[in-house]
Amino acid sequence: MESIFSTQGLAVGYNRNILLQGINIRLERGKILTLIGPNGAGKSTILKTITRQLEPISGVVTISGKPVSMMPGKEFAKRTAVVLTERIAPELMTCAEVVAMGRYPYTDMFGRLSDHDKSVVVSALEQVHALDLAEREFTALSDGQRQRIMLARAICQEPEIIVLDEPTAWLDIRYKIELLDILRTMARKKGTTIIMSLHEIDLAMKVSDDLLCLDGEKITAYGTPEEILSSKAIESLYAIRNGSYNLLFGSVELPKPAGVPTVFVVAGNGKGTPFFRTLQKLGIPFAAGILMENDVDCQTAEMLSDHVIKSPCFEPITPDIIEKAKEALAGCRYVLDAGTPAGTLNKANRDLLQYADRKHIPVIRDLKGVHADEE
Amino acid sequence: MKKRSETALSTNRSARFVLVTGLLVLLLILGLVINANTGSVSIPAADIFHMTFQSLRLNIMNFFSAGKYKSELGAVINENTASQILFRIRLPRVLLAALLGGALSVSGYLLQVFFRNPIAGPFVLGISSGAKMVVGLTLIFLIPHSTNTASFSLMFAAFIGSLLITLLVLVFSQKVQSMSMLLVIGIMVGYICSAVTDFCITFANDHDVINLTNWSMGSFSGANWPHVRTAFLICIPGVIVSFLLSKPISAYLLSEAYAASMGVPVKAFRAALLLVSSLLSACVTAIAGPISFVGIAVPHIARILLKSSRPHYLIPTVFFSGAVFCVFCDLLARTMFAPLELKIGTVTSILGAPVVIYLMIRRHSAERK
Repeated sequence: MESIFSTQGLAVGYNRNILLQGINIRLERGKILTLIGPNGAGKSTILKTITRQLEPISGVVTISGKPVSMMPGKEFAKRTAVVLTERIAPELMTCAEVVAMGRYPYTDMFGRLSDHDKSVVVSALEQVHALDLAEREFTALSDGQRQRIMLARAICQEPEIIVLDEPTAWLDIRYKIELLDILRTMARKKGTTIIMSLHEIDLAMKVSDDLLCLDGEKITAYGTPEEILSSKAIESLYAIRNGSYNLLFGSVELPKPAGVPTVFVVAGNGKGTPFFRTLQKLGIPFAAGILMENDVDCQTAEMLSDHVIKSPCFEPITPDIIEKAKEALAGCRYVLDAGTPAGTLNKANRDLLQYADRKHIPVIRDLKGVHADEE
Repeated sequence: MKKRSETALSTNRSARFVLVTGLLVLLLILGLVINANTGSVSIPAADIFHMTFQSLRLNIMNFFSAGKYKSELGAVINENTASQILFRIRLPRVLLAALLGGALSVSGYLLQVFFRNPIAGPFVLGISSGAKMVVGLTLIFLIPHSTNTASFSLMFAAFIGSLLITLLVLVFSQKVQSMSMLLVIGIMVGYICSAVTDFCITFANDHDVINLTNWSMGSFSGANWPHVRTAFLICIPGVIVSFLLSKPISAYLLSEAYAASMGVPVKAFRAALLLVSSLLSACVTAIAGPISFVGIAVPHIARILLKSSRPHYLIPTVFFSGAVFCVFCDLLARTMFAPLELKIGTVTSILGAPVVIYLMIRRHSAERK
């Protein structure tokens, strides 16, 4: 398929100082490209160059094979619309008026709206689920509503490409999901190509067809989310040293409590995760077991502890793993029963609790009275 | 689909615009008549209409017949004291007040758009001070002991002063990105101009100082037909050009970057805004002296009347509001302490400044809600 958008040897920056170079992007119609990277990595600089707010230092940006630097302003406006990070405050303007501004390249010199223009405005408002806001004053809206209106304005421009700089920045999680869902639907149903920058890697993974990772000096990765996921590019990108980031789920955990485990958590089936997090908050190092490798508890436990007793999934627990668990348990001062039901495959966990009784290690069901060791 | 689009994009704003502008035009006509009627000699409204119609008819016939009706026209104008007062004093004065008031308001509106700042105006940017400085220099050094403060040399001086400072502001606007910085520069330039003026006053004789003070408070007295013609030829095209800029102005109201993304040639547009605005304010300053607070207050009043900031509606409303405002301010200036006459700047400040304060407070509390 022919690419609708591409850059060749693009170098971007301010005042002739190159910030990033060698940017070669190809994007097909109806795809979503997301730029991710830490603050100051140059995401906005690239987006500003693409949208002609900045001159490229070298290289070309093309839309449908035509260099954008050669396009008259009006033609460029009919092909590309933007949603910017800056917060605007147009006084005494209704949402419908703000959205209708997107018809700018199509209206006559007095900016009069034809019936067609009006129907485009209405359908743009419908697409962002904001038809009921049409007559409200723009400045009286919440951040989530404003962002949807600004998106509707961009849609109204009927562009081939919409460029959004941090569209989710001011939004709470519900609106983030809603906005990204609108973008996904537009890309799929109307074939609008979307280029944006996002802070949330997890959301970027889920919504994008392509990812471009920047670290402020160079492009560290460019490809599909699947390719990026397997390449460890993300962790190096954000230089996550403390804490960890689960790429599969996009969940973040704070750093592991260091030291010899004090509590052994008999967990599984997700029952252990809340306890792991509480222990992390209390700063108490812990061990956990015996966890099947496909258990969600296993994912979180590994991010929060170095002492996780795992067992391969779909297999019965072997005696040597039980031995390892007993050894780890014997070194702890408490055993926490997370309340995981014991079935046929994990009955070893019930044995572990009995073993703790025999060893006179107190078995507890909550963390009341458990403190971090005073050192 | 169509029905829904009609409900979503209701047209009540255009109805409001027609209503507001209609009322303003009626008020303006009323103001013109009252102004022509009131004074040391009271002229009945019927006579005003009759005489105006007569002279208008003869003027037109005169125009198309290459001066055949000149004597009849002269007869109408010089018929009696009332007609002389009407044609030689009151009519040019009230027309000038309407034209210049409207132009000044549109000029202030354009500056507010340009600076994205509701308190921008020719005063704030130092343009009025620049005009005063050059007028001061002219009065004190070039034509001392002048008796005619409305002379063409002073008009020209004011014009040069306004344009000089506007060009200076334009140069600075290319250098500094931030609008608030530019406002600060404008205020500082204003101070420098005032300092130069004060410096010159030290060496001036009392007569010239009084002349300068009189001029700097602004007045429509001494208005004559050449003034009206000049004002008409500069202000009306200026206002029309402003109206033609409505579409890019509306995009610019979102933000500069959004305007650029929609295809507005931002640099040329901004230069056009500033040039038209300064041409209008320079014309007013040149003819009537600096008139304060009209440029700031009237656009706000117009916005409140319209409840919209669509430039297509707002610019005509601003023009007519400004015309009505100045016509009635001039009426007050003329009649409140008759036969003594107040300076127009005195009246506009007393009426305009509280409006600005009220608006700022209201705006502030609306923002906090």
